[in-house]
Amino acid sequence: MVAQILFLVLTLAAIALFTVNLRKIIRNIRLGKAVNRNDQPAKRLITMLRVAFGQSKMVVRPIPAFLHFFVYIGFVIINIEVLEIMIDGIFGTHRIFNGLGGLYNFLIASFEILAFTVWVSCAIFLIRRNILKLKRFSGVEMKSWPKSDANYILITEILLMTAFLLMNAADAKLQSIGAGHYVQAGAFPVSQYLINLLPSTESALVIIERSCWWFHIIGILAFLNYLPYSKHFHIIFAFPNTYFSNLEPKGEFTNMASVTNEVKAMLDPSFVPAESEPGKFGAKDVTDLTWVNLMNAYTCTECGRCTSVCPANITGKLLSPRKIMMDTRDRITEVGQNIDKHGAEHQDGKSLLDDYISREEIWACTSCNACTEACPVNIDPLQIIVELRRFAVMEESQAPASINAMMGNIENNQAPWKYSPADRFNWAEGS
Amino acid sequence: MEFKVPTMAELMAAGEEPEILFWVGCAGSYDERAQKITRDICKILHHVGIKYAVLGTEESCTGDPAKRAGNEFLFQMQAMTNIEVLNAYNIKKIVTGCPHCFNTIKNEYPGLGGTYEVIHHTQLIQDLISEGKLKAEGGESFKGKKITYHDPCYLGRANGIYEAPRKALEVLDAQLVEMKRCKSNGLCCGAGGAQMFKEPEKGNKDINVERVDEALQTNPQVIAAGCPFCMTMLSDGIKLKDKEQEVKVLDIAEITARANGL
Repeated sequence: MVAQILFLVLTLAAIALFTVNLRKIIRNIRLGKAVNRNDQPAKRLITMLRVAFGQSKMVVRPIPAFLHFFVYIGFVIINIEVLEIMIDGIFGTHRIFNGLGGLYNFLIASFEILAFTVWVSCAIFLIRRNILKLKRFSGVEMKSWPKSDANYILITEILLMTAFLLMNAADAKLQSIGAGHYVQAGAFPVSQYLINLLPSTESALVIIERSCWWFHIIGILAFLNYLPYSKHFHIIFAFPNTYFSNLEPKGEFTNMASVTNEVKAMLDPSFVPAESEPGKFGAKDVTDLTWVNLMNAYTCTECGRCTSVCPANITGKLLSPRKIMMDTRDRITEVGQNIDKHGAEHQDGKSLLDDYISREEIWACTSCNACTEACPVNIDPLQIIVELRRFAVMEESQAPASINAMMGNIENNQAPWKYSPADRFNWAEGS
Repeated sequence: MEFKVPTMAELMAAGEEPEILFWVGCAGSYDERAQKITRDICKILHHVGIKYAVLGTEESCTGDPAKRAGNEFLFQMQAMTNIEVLNAYNIKKIVTGCPHCFNTIKNEYPGLGGTYEVIHHTQLIQDLISEGKLKAEGGESFKGKKITYHDPCYLGRANGIYEAPRKALEVLDAQLVEMKRCKSNGLCCGAGGAQMFKEPEKGNKDINVERVDEALQTNPQVIAAGCPFCMTMLSDGIKLKDKEQEVKVLDIAEITARANGL
């Protein structure tokens, strides 16, 4: 009874804490500007099923795709086991689903096999990160926390799977010696190999089985609450992020409606623009970006596929699309913390541009869309870069001198180079 | 030119309408190397007997480099001015030799009141080949030559056009070799996003050199391009590598014109 109450309190507390943090993050995302991403629901659903659920963009790199697929499937399927643990924990039962008979044995067997593949995959991932030191996992933005974060996630998953398998091994051994409460249930294709490692006294086995059971479930609850502080959040956000992702051609940049009004008024004096609130052009800080940009930032898994294909980054420039996303996330997190501490009106005098992302970074982008193509969850770093450029150019007139010259030429000569418009058709005279 | 390139103004004055408007773009109008490509596109249009016209001095920058640089004001000024001209001439269909103009007119003009059917010249060439109006005979033979095609970002990733330029090359009976990074994984030439008009930021290599190094790994005789900016970047890279004698950088329009002896 004490165990059941303790279990219930722990579970409710974990869910409550997670809800509080999730709501804060959703509030932060809502600090972004409005953008309509509710069109074409069928196409959006298909995109989500294909890209997030089906992981279609992972297959570009077969090895991590293969390993990640096992971790993903393992995670999804083992949640059925968590359901059983929940019911057992609350009602004090043991292996409540054992009434399913043959199906139950099949389920437990498949959980075990998946737990093993997850274990192996995570171990390989740890080796890739820490021993092979793949280039993709390094970079200026991959120091300290991001580096540890990735390792903590993998180690936690290995520990959880180990506890699960040890629990099953102890349970199987208890079943074989006919201990009370331990019903004959389940099949143990993996943990059977661990049985010989265990002691043979019933009391010791019960201690092992129970402590692994508690460790496994507390681990899961703790991991749930780790998500909001971690790149691992992608397991939730990958789905809405792909659903609300850009469906238009990648080359299409938004036409700013606020500018359209002004340009129309300039070209046609009789034009009366619709009333709109004066806002700034482009983005100086995260709250000038759209909510989709901010959701992108929380979704980023820091895998570095974007940066590894970025022509600017490949050739040694400062720009890293992954850093753009991580900076955006760090800044919106900071803005959220300011609101929590000092209220909604608080200004800390910092901004995304300059305090987090430098001018050198935004002016290195070729807008080639390699990053958006590479992202397995359809994140768009390019849009953030363009918004920052818009602010720099239209609000501050702070473009590189050569860019100013190019724009001056367009204004004066209708071409980005200094040629006379009268000579525009001279090519037809050549041979 | 052996024939006169018709302008919209002339056609309008004669009470005629073209089947298609050829949008030349700034690079195609002013850049000496790109002018050759422009003339070759005209030669192809002329050769197959499509009734076309250009805007000539009435054409103006689409605003693409301004928009990518973040100057939405200048972009929309350019866009609306161009749309007025295009709509006044009742233009329905546009072909262009520049992926940047192509992307801007096709994707960004409709929201500002300019809706047209826009194709890139490689799509036009592909269509003409599949209609049997264009072959690869009567001119230079590319048979067996090693050709590698560089995907322009604004044609490929930006608009998903990967097959048309390759189909235009397949007709040559040449040996097409793909670079390691190609199609949706293609590497930029380094000119997009208004980079064409500025010095690159600090790094350890120029992007066009990185791309040319990769192209040279295929041991090509021809690097095929489909964009005037890519043409500049790749040609500069080849010059830097001192490979001008062995490797030619040619636009798909030039290759097509040469193969047909135009």
